[in-house]
Amino acid sequence: MVGWLATEPLFAALAALLLLGSVFGALLGYAAIRFRVEGNPISEQINALLPQTQCGQCGYPGCRPYSEAIAEGDAINKCPPGGEETIQALADLLDVEPQPLDAEHGVEKEPVVAWIREAECIGCTKCIQACPVDAILGAAKVMHTVIADECTGCDLCLEPCPVDCIDLIPRKQGIGFWHWPLPEDRLRPIEVIATDAATRTAA
Amino acid sequence: MRAIHTIHGGIHPPERKALSQPGKLQPLALPPSLVLPLNQHLGGPARPVINVGESVLGGQVLAEASGVMSVPVHAPTSGTVRAIERRPIAHASGLEDICIELETDGQDQWVAFEGIPHWRDCEPAILAEQVRNAGIAGMGGAGFPTAVKLTPGPQRPIELLLINGTECEPYITADDTLMQRYADQLIEGTTILAHILGADSILIGIEDNKPEAIACVQAAVDQIDAPIEVASFPTKYPSGGEKQVIEILTGMQVPSGGIPADIGIVCLNPGTAVAVQQAIIEGKPLTHRIVTLTGEALSQPCNTLACLGTPIAHLLRAVGWAPEGQQRVIHGGPMMGFAVSNLDAPVTKITNCLLAPTESELPLPEEPQPCIRCGHCAEACPASLLPQQLYWYARAKDQEQLAAHRLFDCIECGACAYVCPSHIPLVQYYRAAKGQIRDSEQERKRSDNSRARFEAREQRLEEEAAAREAKRAARKAAAQQQAESDGVDPVQAAIERAKAKKAQQDAAP
Amino acid sequence: MSLLRVTSPHTAGRQNVSSVMRDVLLATAPGILVMTWFFGPGTLINLVLGGSVALAAEYGVVALRGRNPKTAIADLSVLVTSTLLCIALPPYAPWWLIVIGVLTAVLLGKQVFGGLGYNPFNPAMVGYVVLLISFPIQMSSWALPRDLVATPGLGEAMQRVFLPSSIDAMTGATPLDLLRQNTGLLFADLMMSRPELSGWGGLGWVEVNLAFLLGGLWLLYRKIFTWHAPLAMLAALGLCALMGFDGGSSSSGGSALFHLFSGASMFAAFFIITDPVSSAVSNRGRLIFGALIGVLVYLIRTLGNYPDAVAFAVLILNFCAPFIDHYTQPTVYGTRKMNP
Repeated sequence: MVGWLATEPLFAALAALLLLGSVFGALLGYAAIRFRVEGNPISEQINALLPQTQCGQCGYPGCRPYSEAIAEGDAINKCPPGGEETIQALADLLDVEPQPLDAEHGVEKEPVVAWIREAECIGCTKCIQACPVDAILGAAKVMHTVIADECTGCDLCLEPCPVDCIDLIPRKQGIGFWHWPLPEDRLRPIEVIATDAATRTAA
Repeated sequence: MRAIHTIHGGIHPPERKALSQPGKLQPLALPPSLVLPLNQHLGGPARPVINVGESVLGGQVLAEASGVMSVPVHAPTSGTVRAIERRPIAHASGLEDICIELETDGQDQWVAFEGIPHWRDCEPAILAEQVRNAGIAGMGGAGFPTAVKLTPGPQRPIELLLINGTECEPYITADDTLMQRYADQLIEGTTILAHILGADSILIGIEDNKPEAIACVQAAVDQIDAPIEVASFPTKYPSGGEKQVIEILTGMQVPSGGIPADIGIVCLNPGTAVAVQQAIIEGKPLTHRIVTLTGEALSQPCNTLACLGTPIAHLLRAVGWAPEGQQRVIHGGPMMGFAVSNLDAPVTKITNCLLAPTESELPLPEEPQPCIRCGHCAEACPASLLPQQLYWYARAKDQEQLAAHRLFDCIECGACAYVCPSHIPLVQYYRAAKGQIRDSEQERKRSDNSRARFEAREQRLEEEAAAREAKRAARKAAAQQQAESDGVDPVQAAIERAKAKKAQQDAAP
Repeated sequence: MSLLRVTSPHTAGRQNVSSVMRDVLLATAPGILVMTWFFGPGTLINLVLGGSVALAAEYGVVALRGRNPKTAIADLSVLVTSTLLCIALPPYAPWWLIVIGVLTAVLLGKQVFGGLGYNPFNPAMVGYVVLLISFPIQMSSWALPRDLVATPGLGEAMQRVFLPSSIDAMTGATPLDLLRQNTGLLFADLMMSRPELSGWGGLGWVEVNLAFLLGGLWLLYRKIFTWHAPLAMLAALGLCALMGFDGGSSSSGGSALFHLFSGASMFAAFFIITDPVSSAVSNRGRLIFGALIGVLVYLIRTLGNYPDAVAFAVLILNFCAPFIDHYTQPTVYGTRKMNP
């Protein structure tokens, strides 16, 4: 057999490749099973990247169901609160192309928190039941108030309120949240501020 | 003689210090009203303790510290509190913040002070508390609450107290003037600080472009034979950065992500030392500071002992302000200062210089060209970073690579942008990238927290539903058991009782 | 009065891209003059022709890309590319060779990657290599130096460039080429039999290299680049030549002085490998970059098929530059292990 192969270079080459392929394939297959490392299931990793507002804008009832859908192959651009940064992070994790946010599911807005106008609150607890992260403090006939540090701005509490006393106010306001923008994100490198526009009079 | 080391990189921009006549202090008139921001330091804003309409005396506490990383605000002179509301402040963002507006009455009446003349016999903790109550924050530009710096804790024994008289930035001469005029107070303040810290050695570092200051400080040291070493070293920007001056004078490097106290050193500004002296000896709080007013758009550039809260416009007008049609007013020096957006903004504890240059003096930046990868920035960087790579990764928003190239070790000195032939505003890229990374960290923490809360809630609802189920099942099982033991079905019995009661009720009106 | 809001720093050093490029162009002047003295006005014709084609091409492409073409021309970077390429090309090469070379360098070597600052390879070397592989005959016929033939006047030079004919008694092999082709003679005998090889590096070539060395030293003085890459390359090349030189047998590779002062060694060390866009970023990286180029130049000259190896060595190392960068990051302040 070897003698005949030596005279037929084509068949010899084929046989050599087949042999090598099966040997290495068997080795790899064995290693894949024997040395398998149980990693985080991908849907957990996806969930860790989502903003956890549980708002439902993506069309799923919460962030975990959406993360499971993405693991099944759903599009990664359905989350408005996550915005571009989340889409980019998901694209990096799953090694797919990042896509612009799907406008059907909403647009990226600045982060907000809910705020109850206490004068109008009737203490019905409907918003407390609606909040997915238990960020509203209160009880029946007792004043309700939103714990701003825990509120994700998902706006699920707005609808149930019978007196419509909840507002969404921007979360990142004030000097503590400001930071320099990248030069390309600025309108102009040199900004001109007209000083005769608004002059403050002595109070 | 101390061995002087050198830092990597550095630049030599034109100094232009003689313009503001260092060593001379020009008194300027008090403005009609002062604006005192509640936050003139690094940390949480102070909490107001007075009300609108109240009359206050100079030195009175207007706002108390709101935590460990906070300092109180005092009235710099007597007057009436007119408002506590948002006002323009000197900040790179141009945003406003809550300030106390104090209308001065010109009487300049002060509260009585109580110093600690026998401070040598006093516990360091008490002295540090006095420093805190005097509202002292680092006056070199960062505004770190001094009392916190003076209590690094038992884990960090302090061996060296370093007074940083470098003032390496061009134009600024505030510390130079202070060291010439207040040398005795500086030495006394330094001695007090060393006592508080328990430091074995004391060093005052001054760049060699300030020979008068070196002479004055040395004379003050010699006069009382204080155990203080005065060291001078060659002028280079940015030798005055805390990390850089420590490397120059001791050869040691502050560990990345750490503070100088980790290697047994505390570094303070000479202005802070003088403020500490006044707070301990006289009990006087921090209400004034030396500000350099300079730049060719001013006809009488000088140094002045300005009242905190003085609007910038008032100071500039007092020294011959002749602005061009489009004028920059820079808070700080030309390398690290920011352009002020509103001249009503006040002078604060961290204002060391107000620079009003003409266009010909400091030309506006040219249009940025593409990076030609020349590497001059890496040669100039005092922290031995690769600014070029940081630039590319900042543009790409690649947070992992930015961390790998040590973005947070950048001291934002501007040496890289100074030497860049393509005029790229490098420092802004790094500041923006740092801000984005901090933001992302915050968002990540928030979303992790929200997820935990959401899952806790889901669990709670599940448990409640399960508990309800269990109770129902238990009741049902109990009822069945009852029926079997008595021979009577308790449910049926209950129904008949109810029917009987109802019949009774219907019968009796 | 309006307030201006600008970011810090509010002052800058005086260097800009066009001043750097201007200094580089000035530094090539001594070398060009010496080349013209020895080989006639061919190089000057190359430079003028190449320069005009380069400027026109850059202007056109940048305008097509929607950017400002005047800014692109004003920074003089394309003029440096074409100058370096035309110095490397043989004098009296046909006009179409120059045009194709410069167009390749500007369009394929630079603009297609995004213009100034974005090219991963040295554009002049890209143009050179494309020509070398496509037109080996025209690229290997260098003019003979003035002591051997009468250098042509301007008119004759123009004729040779713009109306090329196939008959050419005025060109021959370069000294490096002669050395490579030699298989039988001892080095000393070879030098006696071929007059082109007189002097350290061949007739005329020593002076040319010295002139470029002078220009390069001036650029070092002006702090246009640091000493790391040039010194590393010359040291590595010299060291390899020293180790490979066996006293002058028929198979020797040439002495260290020969290698350093012949061909494009000095020109490469100070003008080609110091192109900042395509070389390593840190100084440590530049040492490695320069040294590896030196080694490769020697290897290709002695063992390879081409007489001068600079172009290939540079392109290979351009490809390696990101790897070198990754492994030669400087020690950042505060990260070193021990404090004194």
